[in-house]
Amino acid sequence: MVNMNVNLCGIWLDNPVIPASGTFGYGYEMAEHYDINILGTFSFKGTTLEPRFGNPTPRIAECPAGLLNAVGLQNPGVDKVISEELPLLRQVFHKPVMANISGFSLEEYTEVARRLDKEEGIGWLEINISCPNVHGGGMSFGTDPKAAAAVTRAVKAVTTKPVIIKLTPNVTDIVSIAKACEEAGADGLSLINTLLGMRFDLKTRQPLLANTTGGLSGPAVFPIALRMVYQVAQAVRIPVIGLGGVSSARDVLEMLTAGATAVQVGSANLINPAACKEIIEELPKVMEQYGFTEVKTVTIAGR
Amino acid sequence: MTQQTLTILHNTPLASGVFRLELAGLDPAEPLAPGQFVNLQIPGFFLRRPISVCDAAGGVLTLIYKSVGEGTRVLSELPPGHSLDVLTGLGRGYDLEKAGRAPLLVGGGAGIPPLYFLAKELLRQGITPRVLLGFNTAAECFYEAEFTALGAETTLVTLEGSRGQKGFVTDHLPKDFTHFYACGPLPMLKALCRATEAPGQLSLEERMGCGFGACMGCSIQTARGPKRVCKDGPVFHREVLGW
Repeated sequence: MVNMNVNLCGIWLDNPVIPASGTFGYGYEMAEHYDINILGTFSFKGTTLEPRFGNPTPRIAECPAGLLNAVGLQNPGVDKVISEELPLLRQVFHKPVMANISGFSLEEYTEVARRLDKEEGIGWLEINISCPNVHGGGMSFGTDPKAAAAVTRAVKAVTTKPVIIKLTPNVTDIVSIAKACEEAGADGLSLINTLLGMRFDLKTRQPLLANTTGGLSGPAVFPIALRMVYQVAQAVRIPVIGLGGVSSARDVLEMLTAGATAVQVGSANLINPAACKEIIEELPKVMEQYGFTEVKTVTIAGR
Repeated sequence: MTQQTLTILHNTPLASGVFRLELAGLDPAEPLAPGQFVNLQIPGFFLRRPISVCDAAGGVLTLIYKSVGEGTRVLSELPPGHSLDVLTGLGRGYDLEKAGRAPLLVGGGAGIPPLYFLAKELLRQGITPRVLLGFNTAAECFYEAEFTALGAETTLVTLEGSRGQKGFVTDHLPKDFTHFYACGPLPMLKALCRATEAPGQLSLEERMGCGFGACMGCSIQTARGPKRVCKDGPVFHREVLGW
């Protein structure tokens, strides 16, 4: 028997598999397809203070082994998330969920965190300082160690829930940002968000995305994600959630080997709605194949 | 939504750049409604390709698609016997209860296929629709005979009049219809809404990430707030769109 349990910032997960924010809505759409309570947890759609429509379409462009997206944080705003989305979420998911928070100012991050802190059923606050598809917020907090630390401190001051900072790969030195967040009190880190990219339509000679640029995700980014998770896991003591192109149980095991405590699955959910279910079923077999009996040992060996 | 593995029976050219794909092995337990779409995984491509249902009967799914890019070009070269991973039963289709006694079906080019499934279903319910099909050129025309064979009064229109009537579909709208059902290029759909006050429903197209409501990749602004083309649509009542 393989022991899949992992402790993520003081909360136990039945297994390390977590659908990533923005690929799983608020859970209930996917619950039409399978019982999502088999998941370790999931990170719900990035939530801001005010409702946001996001960017114009096209928001999606295909790439070899992945896609670009420029959704731009579409969400109904924190109050409607609390009044409309969370009640539906609680009907289909009975474990602590990860709340994903985005913002355009320190005040916005803290206000959304303050409101979600009161909500039952939310286990962790995942703070997205890495969205590449909005202007004047998002990623600008994640590319500077001082700004990243400031967001971390501000959010920590208004919540008792574990705070996980989601980092961008669009930086020269991700380790310095990770360390700054740890020193500012972050309980965990998740990485990587998408890599900034673009594509052109040769017929129109215009960018394919209405937003011009978008975030690259999918198997194409997996080696970059692994490298960054490895570098960060070596440099900090807090748990690291590895994500970026994870598509199979083997990929999960490789992320754990790089030092991740848990693993998020993003783009794979979009092309195969049963991706996480299949990964959870496959993971014990793949672990046995490589001689592992518990998930946490893989992580410890990697750090 | 169901994930199914279907096998290619036929995959043959139907008109210039247009192909008909028949897939065997469709689970008869899952009902498909006119206006719904499926999402096909094409070997070598990351994202699926959403294609509306042209017909579903006897375990065979019929799709008609236009070869517009690399993905659909590769699809058009797949031989019979090849298996495809298909997500079926996606989206909200046409609302048939609003048809009235004399509905009008208006299709443009690659937007015509879902109207065939709709016409069949309306006729099964004892309602005979009139059908108005628009194409750019004679070489692109398809399915006039199939609609006629169903028993629907069918008018064909081409831009320069090389086949059927000349002009746009909006130049040939009948006067007395109870409700319209449309699918086609965005300029055609908007022109149709300008040309008539009648109630109606329109099927929209958008680049999609997932096709089942998870990613917000295909959201549009409507008179009733943001809607996902894949999950809340692809068919919308005109008043929802505010057109």
